[in-house]
Amino acid sequence: MSDTCDAVVIGAGIVGAATAAALASDGLRVTVVESSVVGGGATAAGMGHIVVMDDSEAQFALTRYSRDLWNAMQTPPQVEFERRGTLWVAADEEELAEVWRKAEFYAARGVRAEILDARALADAEPNLRPGLAGALLVPDDIVIYAPCAARWLIEQSSATLRAGAVKAIDANGVVLSDGTRMAAGVIVCAAGSWATALVPGLVIRPRKGHLAITERYPGFVRHQLVELGYLKSAHGSADESVAFNVQPRATGQLLIGSSRQFGADHSEVDAPLLARMLARAIEYMPRLAKLSVIRTWTGFRAATPDRLPIIGRSPERPNVYLATGHEGLGITTSLGTARLLADLIAGRQPAIDPAPYQPCPSRFKFA
Amino acid sequence: MPVQIQIRVNGRTVRVPPGTTVAAAVMRTGESAFRRSVTGEPRGPLCGMGICFECRVTLDGVPHTRSCQTLCVGGMEVQTDAQP
Repeated sequence: MSDTCDAVVIGAGIVGAATAAALASDGLRVTVVESSVVGGGATAAGMGHIVVMDDSEAQFALTRYSRDLWNAMQTPPQVEFERRGTLWVAADEEELAEVWRKAEFYAARGVRAEILDARALADAEPNLRPGLAGALLVPDDIVIYAPCAARWLIEQSSATLRAGAVKAIDANGVVLSDGTRMAAGVIVCAAGSWATALVPGLVIRPRKGHLAITERYPGFVRHQLVELGYLKSAHGSADESVAFNVQPRATGQLLIGSSRQFGADHSEVDAPLLARMLARAIEYMPRLAKLSVIRTWTGFRAATPDRLPIIGRSPERPNVYLATGHEGLGITTSLGTARLLADLIAGRQPAIDPAPYQPCPSRFKFA
Repeated sequence: MPVQIQIRVNGRTVRVPPGTTVAAAVMRTGESAFRRSVTGEPRGPLCGMGICFECRVTLDGVPHTRSCQTLCVGGMEVQTDAQP
């Protein structure tokens, strides 16, 4: 049996779904191949936080471009789109200095942000512990429910979804594990951590993360809350880390993160690490301790050595395009990744410089 | 006659013997809508053993407390019919 289309997208996570939709709107006949559930991999292990980041200019450019694309998008109710805004919480004076630096960085680049002092922060989020130094409010950041967003992105497009596991990519298309050949001129590998099995030479490490969700407590938290120590102390490149990260869901539930862990090879919940993650959250929000968590789960994010996603044409295989390595920012950067890739495939000039995300061997080395 | 415990359900004083669950005390007031479902339907105790979560009430300000798994303690404040 054989199928023909213009483009095969491997993986129906948020990045694959967005890319399939972008290529379909360019008039390509697109098939998305998914071996499990749509949006069931790293997409379901994310918080659905769409956030402008500033670790590097390249990260800023892609996250800002993508967030603005999300804000311009009309989404149906099941996507649970809410412009909650991010509060980057500063615990002490040192972190407050980081608030000022961050505010300046965003102001210089036209991103709306507002500094809250200790009192304004306490008014904005009464359930935070007293004595925090302040925060940076980025009001245009968003929260969505990413697995439903992935499904919707495919459904609202002309792309076809197909169940199957891609076993190999060759010069003519892909081969599924049941032997089916799918012929296509363009192959997009958006398989997250699993991309390395299909594209030799890629270096991606699966980085495990834990999440917990509570019962419904409407109004308990109003913004997406993230500790500013997030980068400084927590989620650098340590093998195991936790950070305070709490988000209000449209249902009134609270989604609690986050943990990052290299070297874990199974998806079971790691109870001691989960306990550390929840203890960190309770440190910032003592009243969380009285609430009920109803579900905990994990997932693997695709981490690259330089912490930037891999977006662009494979240097070895001219028919293969890569869209992976988004680690914890795949929900945010999905729409930007999709637009960038569609522009490259169509030969248009992308809106942002694609160079920092291009696959090239010099990027693929972990220290 | 043993000592009675006094709690308040929706602002009303209820006296029950020691060892009484909050669920039983609420039922004694005649209240059957312990909470509302997401779609607004009334819900009350079903399994009585902590599995179904239908008997949740707001107890001393904490929502989603299972009333069938909690024994009455003097001075408790119980609020029913919370939504969601």
